[in-house]
Parts: sequence; structure tokens; C-alpha cells
Amino acid sequence: MTSKTKTKTKTKTNTSPNKDDYLRMYTQMVRIRTFEDNANQLYLAGKMQGLTHMYSGEEAVAVGICEALTDNDRITSTHRGHGHCVAKGANYKQMFCELLGKQEGYCRGKGGSMHIADQSHGNLGANAIVGGSMGIATGSALRAKLLGQDDVTVCFFGDGATAQGLLYEVMNMAALWNLPVIYACENNGYSEYTKTEEIAAGSITARAEAFGIEAFSIDGQDVLGVNELSKKLVARCRNNEGPFFVELMTYRYHGHHVGDINREYYRSKKEEADWKENRDPIIRFRGWLVEQGIATEEEIEALNEQIKQDAKEAVAYAEAAAYPDVAEVDMHVYAETDPATLQAGH
Amino acid sequence: MREITLSQAVNEALAEEMRRDPTTFILGEDVAEAGTPFKVLSGLVEEFGTERVIDTPISEPGFVGLAVGAALTGARPIVDLMFGDFIYLVMDQLCNQAAKQQYMSGGKLSVPMVLRTNLGATRRSGAQHSQSLQVLVAHIPGLKVALPSSAYEAKGLMKTAIRDNNPVVIIEDKLMYQDKAPVPEEEYLIPFGEANIKREGSDITLIGTSSMVQVAEEAARILEAEGISAEVIDPRTIVPLDEDTLLKSVRKTSRAIVIDEGHQNYGITGEIASRLNEKAFYYLDAPVLRMGAMDVPVPFSPVLEDLTVPTPERVAENARRLCAGEMIHAA
Ligand SMILES: Cc1ncc(C[n+]2csc(CCOP(=O)(O)OP(=O)(O)O)c2C)c(N)n1
Repeated sequence: MTSKTKTKTKTKTNTSPNKDDYLRMYTQMVRIRTFEDNANQLYLAGKMQGLTHMYSGEEAVAVGICEALTDNDRITSTHRGHGHCVAKGANYKQMFCELLGKQEGYCRGKGGSMHIADQSHGNLGANAIVGGSMGIATGSALRAKLLGQDDVTVCFFGDGATAQGLLYEVMNMAALWNLPVIYACENNGYSEYTKTEEIAAGSITARAEAFGIEAFSIDGQDVLGVNELSKKLVARCRNNEGPFFVELMTYRYHGHHVGDINREYYRSKKEEADWKENRDPIIRFRGWLVEQGIATEEEIEALNEQIKQDAKEAVAYAEAAAYPDVAEVDMHVYAETDPATLQAGH
Repeated sequence: MREITLSQAVNEALAEEMRRDPTTFILGEDVAEAGTPFKVLSGLVEEFGTERVIDTPISEPGFVGLAVGAALTGARPIVDLMFGDFIYLVMDQLCNQAAKQQYMSGGKLSVPMVLRTNLGATRRSGAQHSQSLQVLVAHIPGLKVALPSSAYEAKGLMKTAIRDNNPVVIIEDKLMYQDKAPVPEEEYLIPFGEANIKREGSDITLIGTSSMVQVAEEAARILEAEGISAEVIDPRTIVPLDEDTLLKSVRKTSRAIVIDEGHQNYGITGEIASRLNEKAFYYLDAPVLRMGAMDVPVPFSPVLEDLTVPTPERVAENARRLCAGEMIHAA
């Protein structure tokens, strides 16, 4: 494969995190949780329509990984995409506007919860087709290699998505061609209303290993652990050592989607309580921050309060914001092409 | 007569056929204990067990392929495809494999399987969960396609689909699962290729599919108040299509509008309109009009999404103009 252009992206140096990094990771996790709490409320209050899937409980995965990326690095996201969107740098106002179908939303109200994305930070989009973004992520990595660009693409997907054949087709090519892509499998134990062991035969990491892809299985509730591994793998991808596969053991606190309330037939309240009380990524990291003297309880409380306030303001802003003009309905079906480039000899 | 929901009607049809024929089984994502996200299959696993109501991984091409193989070799699988949008994922298995076995084998092999799935926008589900893709499968010789328009239709058509020796795609409207209609207790089947005249009329024929039958009926009520008599017809199956009933009606009324929720471009409406134009040309007082969903991916924003689907008011408006002798064109 030839390298046509060399564009160096600004890469974070591989040093250990400092106080600012720690606090930013904490902030980002709380921002995701707070976003989801508000989205849930909007839904329950009948202000938000459609289908939506909460990311609460899985914050350390998105934040640990996205903190290892620059704006030039790309991600592809899933139907459970709010967390990835926040972690990759999106702002509250435009996100809430999108959830409510308002014109100022990231997708001008056309995408909604399941298609939300802040494109300016390298988010290639939430995807409502399970497994639908695996080709996109791998293609993005192929482009990086082809054009000699040193960005990395992270493909987020769930354990349920590992049942899709597309994953095996693209992992084969990614391994054959050494592409800078990281397959990040968020194993939250469930695929909709079914336990992972009922839908996945054998080991998930072994599947990647069958293609010669180096694979890891780690605690997805430990943001520092996730971040540390991610930084290493991102650096190795930039060094042409990709692809990689990471299985992150995590848990979703809510139902599969907001309407999934009576779920005791597939998972117990006791199990949910255990994860929330004993393995919460935010409580855990907060304890560590205080213990290490990086922040006091008061500082953390103030931070949480500030985020709550930001969310409240953004929700109010989004509620008051305008819907798209009806004329937008048939805009953006096709992209425009500069007529000049269609001239022969251009 | 008792009234039940479309969801219950489908559930009953499946249960009755599974009791009747031990070679039938259901295959799909979260069909067993969860009974699908729309809860249409609730309770079936209790009666038939997980051997005949089988939860699959999220592997649509895989489990549709399995159904083709099982059908080829003596079983009668019913595949549940959670959203109609996922038809795109299973096109090879459905169109290259299932649809062609009978023909390629010179009539020696058959694939008696049912693929049940859904269509319909206006649920704010975004562009990847709102499509009405009946035209994609209707285009493929070897597949039959049924579009029930009420609980009554859903039960009778489902039972016929299961007994048919061909691959049948049956597409329900997601918005109609809770709609109730009279459904007899005693067994009945609705034959394929027999349109249903929902309402008699003399000035214009409104042909609607699936939930567009309701839209057509509502339009007919609006028109009636203005002294325009509209005949409403539900073809029930678009493959096979009951051309005779449609032609007879159009020869009587001399005007027609065809309404379907698939995109208008190259759609079901174009096919039906074209057949009427070809075969009833000398009876027509106006070109047959098509009304489909707008040719845009379905937007999320409620204010935009509602614009994309035909409404009774717009159907009535077009009918009024056609009856007044205005030359109007499909948008
Ligand atoms: C191709 C496809 N099949 C089925 C669905 C319906 N569906 C949406 S999410 C989901 C479960 C996904 O499970 P997993 O990949 O583990 O992600 P999680 O929801 O646990 O984050 C299913 C079956 C879909 N959206 N797309």
C-alpha cells in the first residue's frame, strides 16, 4: 500500500495522566451519567419521542478510550451512543436539541437518539443497525493507511453484535492489511433481553485471535485501566501494529431501552443492585481521586453540581429551541457536487 | 363478534398453525421469553417450548439462511425479523436462495417458509427503523408478499402464509399492533390474490395497502361529506395481485389513486398504477395517481416525519381535484 500524503495529527504523548487528566476523565463520566438521567426524564415526561438506549453504568468504557484519542481519531458508535458522543467531545446543548428533534441538534433533528453524533470531533455516527458500523470503522482505518494519515479508528459495539458475520469479514481484512483500528466490544452481559452466554459460543476474544489479532479482556468499570490500555494500543496502531480487539466487561443500569421496565424475567434486581453499589465506575474513581488527594469531596460535589446545572440549562435551551423548518424535509438527501469537478479535464 | 388486537390475531394464527403442524417452528431474536419487543409472540414459548420458539443471536443472514435450509428439507419455519429495515441484511438468503430454489430445480425443490416483519414510519424511530420495504421483496419472482390491514386480515393471511409452499414475506404495520378489530372464534383463512372491497363507491377508486387502507377509508369519509363517492380496496397481497378486482372497480369509477407507505419512486404504487393504465386505459377519465411516502430517508424530528407519509387529507384533496377534472401529476 502506498502512502500518498503524510499528514501528522497532533498526538498526545504517552506519559502518565496528571491531575487535569484525572479530573477531566471524572468530569466526562459524570457528564455522561447526568446526560442520561436528563434524557431519561425527558422521555418519561413525554417530551422526547422515539427509541432510546441509556449508557449509564458503562461510562468508564467510552471515557477511558476516548480520552486516549485526539479529535483527529475517529470512532463509530452504536444504538447506545450518547456516551460515546459525550466522551468524544460533544456539547450538551446540541445533543439535547438532537434528542428533541430541534434544528440546532447535531444532525438538525434528522438523526435523533439512535443516530446522534458530533461529527466535528471525529464521531462517525451512532448506528441503529447492530453491527452496522463495523465496515465503516474498518474502512476509516483503511483510508488512514492508504492516505498516510496517522489517526486511529475505534469501533464500539456490544457483545450481541459479535454474532454478526460482518465483524468476521472486516477483522479478516483488518488483520491481513494491518489496519489502525481497535475493535472495542462493550460486554454488558446482555444482548437486548438475552444473556450473553445464550448468544455467544466460546470466548469472544478467541474470535479475534483466530485472525491473529491481539485481544484483551479487561474490567470496563475501571477508567484508568481502560485508559492505560487504550493509550498503548492507540500508540501501537499509529506505529502500524494494529488492529487490536478489546473486550470491556461492563454493565448497563437501565433496561435495554427506556421502555424496558419489567425485566426481572431476564435479570434480577439483586444483580443490578450489586453492580450499582459495588462496581460503579464513577463512585469507584471518585473514591480513588479523594484517596490520592487529587480532589476533595467538596470539590467533587461542586463539580457534580456544576454539571447538573449545565444539563438543566441545556435541557431548557433545547426545549425552547425551534424545530426545523418544514422545507428541510427533502434537504440533505443527496450531497452536492461542485459542477466544475464534473468537467472533463478538470 | 369479539374484538382482538392485531398483535393477538397474529399470535393466535401462529399458535393454531403450530398446533396443527408439528413441522412449524419460530426463529428470531428475543422471540421466546421476551416475545419480541412488540410482545406479539408472548406466551408461545410456554406452549411450544424453546425447541420450537427459538431465540437466535443477532445474526439475521445466518438465521434466515437456516430457515431456507430447514424449509428445503421438510420443516416449515416462521422467521421473525424484528424490524422491516433488516430486510436489507438478509437479501441474499431471501432473494438469491429462498426465492429461486423452486425455479432452479425445475419444480423439484420448494421453500415453504414465512418471513414476518413490519413496516411504517411516524414512530420517531429514525431512518434505520422506519422503512416500508415491501417493494424490494415484491420485485423478486418466487416470493409472495402479504400486507395485512387489520387484525382480521393479519390472522387469515398469516395462516395462509404458513400453509403456502412458497417463501412468503408478511409485513405488518408497527403502528397497528394495538388496533382492535372483530375476529371470529372459528377458523378461517384468507386466500392470497383476493382483494377486499372495503367500501363501495362510484366516483373514484382508492387502493391502499396496509395502514394506508385506513387512510383511504378516512379520505372516503371526508369525500362522502362532500358528495363524492369513493370505493376503497385493499389488495391484501401485492404478490399475487388481484388485478381483476382492481380493474373492475376502475372501469366502474373511471378514476383511481393508489396509496402505499413505501417510497414513491419506483414503488408499489407505480406498479399498480401502470397496470391500471395499461389495462383500463379507455375507461379512465384521468391518469391513475400514485401516493407513496416522500422520497427521503425518514427523518427523526416529529415535525418533519409527519410530512413524509400520505394522510387522509392529502388523499381527499387529490381525489377532489381528480373528480373535478383537474389534470394532476404524482409529485
Ligand atoms: C441488525 C439489527 N438486528 C437487531 C436489532 C435490534 N436490536 C437493537 S439493540 C439489540 C441488542 C444489541 O446488543 P449488544 O450488541 O450487546 O449491545 P447493547 O444493547 O448491550 O449495548 C438488538 C437485538 C438491530 N437494531 N439491528
